Amino acid sequence: MEMFMEYFWAFVVGGGFCLIGQLLIDLTKLTPARILVIYVVAGVVLGGCGVYEPLVDLAGAGATVPLTGFGYALAEGVKTAVAEDGLLGALTGGFTAAAAGLTAAVVFGLVVARCFKRGDKMS
Amino acid sequence: MAKLIKDGTIGMDTFPSVASFAAAVGKMEGDGPLGHCFDYITEDATLGESSWEKSESKLQQYAFSNALSKGGFSEKDIDVLFAGDLLNQCVSSSYGAKDSNVPFLGLFGACSTMAESLALASLFVDSGMAVNAAAVTSSHFCSAERQFRFPVNYGGQRTPSAQWTATAAGCAVVSVHDKAPYVKAVTIGKIKDMGVTDANNMGAAMATAAYDSISRHLANTKQSIDNFDLILTGDLGQVGSDILVELFRKDRVDISKKHNDCGLMLYDMEKQDVHAGGSGCGCSASVLCGYVLQEVQQSKLRNVLFAATGALMSPTIVQQGESIPGISHVVHISADS
Amino acid sequence: MKMTNTEFDKLAKEKSPNTKLYLTLPKAFVIGGLICCLGQALYNLYSYLGLTELNARAAVSITLVLFSAILTGLKLYDKIAKHAGAGTLVPITGFANSVVAPALEFKTEGFILGTAAKMFIIAGPVIVYGVAASVVYGIILFIVKAMQ
Repeated sequence: MEMFMEYFWAFVVGGGFCLIGQLLIDLTKLTPARILVIYVVAGVVLGGCGVYEPLVDLAGAGATVPLTGFGYALAEGVKTAVAEDGLLGALTGGFTAAAAGLTAAVVFGLVVARCFKRGDKMS
Repeated sequence: MAKLIKDGTIGMDTFPSVASFAAAVGKMEGDGPLGHCFDYITEDATLGESSWEKSESKLQQYAFSNALSKGGFSEKDIDVLFAGDLLNQCVSSSYGAKDSNVPFLGLFGACSTMAESLALASLFVDSGMAVNAAAVTSSHFCSAERQFRFPVNYGGQRTPSAQWTATAAGCAVVSVHDKAPYVKAVTIGKIKDMGVTDANNMGAAMATAAYDSISRHLANTKQSIDNFDLILTGDLGQVGSDILVELFRKDRVDISKKHNDCGLMLYDMEKQDVHAGGSGCGCSASVLCGYVLQEVQQSKLRNVLFAATGALMSPTIVQQGESIPGISHVVHISADS
Repeated sequence: MKMTNTEFDKLAKEKSPNTKLYLTLPKAFVIGGLICCLGQALYNLYSYLGLTELNARAAVSITLVLFSAILTGLKLYDKIAKHAGAGTLVPITGFANSVVAPALEFKTEGFILGTAAKMFIIAGPVIVYGVAASVVYGIILFIVKAMQ
């Protein structure tokens, strides 16, 4: 049952973030890049205010997989780094926390660009 | 010799003939309702080329060479070639024509380019500046997408008012008066800007330009809608077409029974996922050169007012927040001499 | 016929179709939710394999980015995204797609000026403002701590 609830909350909270994003696409003129910026900054702010952490405890990947979770990770990274290194941590913490996702995107981007053919949209 | 009637409308003196025409399209366009009309349909969107720009050039070459061979012309017979497309610096046209050794004039009129080039070719022939003048335009979904919107494989969702850039090219060769279809008069478009800033709603941005040019053409030539079998706009799509009908309705003119739009004709609007319809220079070019000119040649349509519309913007200026100006050039094509 | 821009704007809005929210919203919710469930399953797997909470989360991100990159390379991601909308935009897979798609598309302009230079045309602002916001947060944290 506990297992089920874990996936239930991941589904509902993660789906909920996407639902809000879809409302932004359909009802506003915001472009995808703007929506992603709003999500990541919102994640930093909510993470900083301490609001996001309970959501992560509840929904797990439902809160960490959406881009708000990326923002939350940035905030967490900065928090740890400032505690350890002081002001320097404010500059190093963000990228340290984001390193896994960012580096993966860069490396896989290069590999895919090298190994796959360009696609069309003709069908 | 062609003569100015008034206010941008020019009447032809000799009624030059559209001696030959051809269209080359992509797979999706070939699967559409006009698929059987096209001279060349490619299954492979790349056309064997290494970039989308070169693929588009090749499509344009196919339309040009098919039009020449259908009319029994060789490249030496063409006195001037008017060519245009959507890409920066019109590269698909110039690279497409660079091996043809034909006097070349590149044009940019966005999606209105087919009407612009056909009008100029007709004027050149009517004025004795050319015996045979060719007009060719093209667009390619992938080359347009990467320049104007997103990388082709980016997972974006299109809005319902967005239009689908056609992978298509059309070419018409205008010659001295000989056989139908004839070009009788043209009206040069004026730039109209009604403050539309949404690049995903270009039909709306161009509708007033089409309204202005069509009504100006009718007034200047003292004709009415009744003189025509078809008022053919180029790429207003569903949204722009509805607006155009509404604009004429405000003048108490009902064009809905005579009007059709290339963007609505090229695709099956129910089955093919193109949202508000087709767009891109190649859309009106292929519908005109694949289907409409043939109908006029066979006298199934006697008088067609072809009003291709273009949105004269660039991604840069739209990002700067400017509104989108539209233009529409009108060409009267007739089966009667 | 004379018309002001405001009148025209009203007409254009009237004639422009609205998005069918009853279709887009459920699809975004379900597909987005499923991606997060996949993330949760991966997290449980990595935790079971003995990774710490933080490392397990990083590994989940990497795996999802990998899946997204492969689907983008196979030209499947945009086909799913056409239906999913924000369901594939908002999760980290959407971020990965926004990096991989231009990398693949612009390789015709070379691996330096095409693939590499264009890689962040969509994702760049996300990193810029995400990191900038985190630095502001870090400075605030530092000042608060210094005052205590």
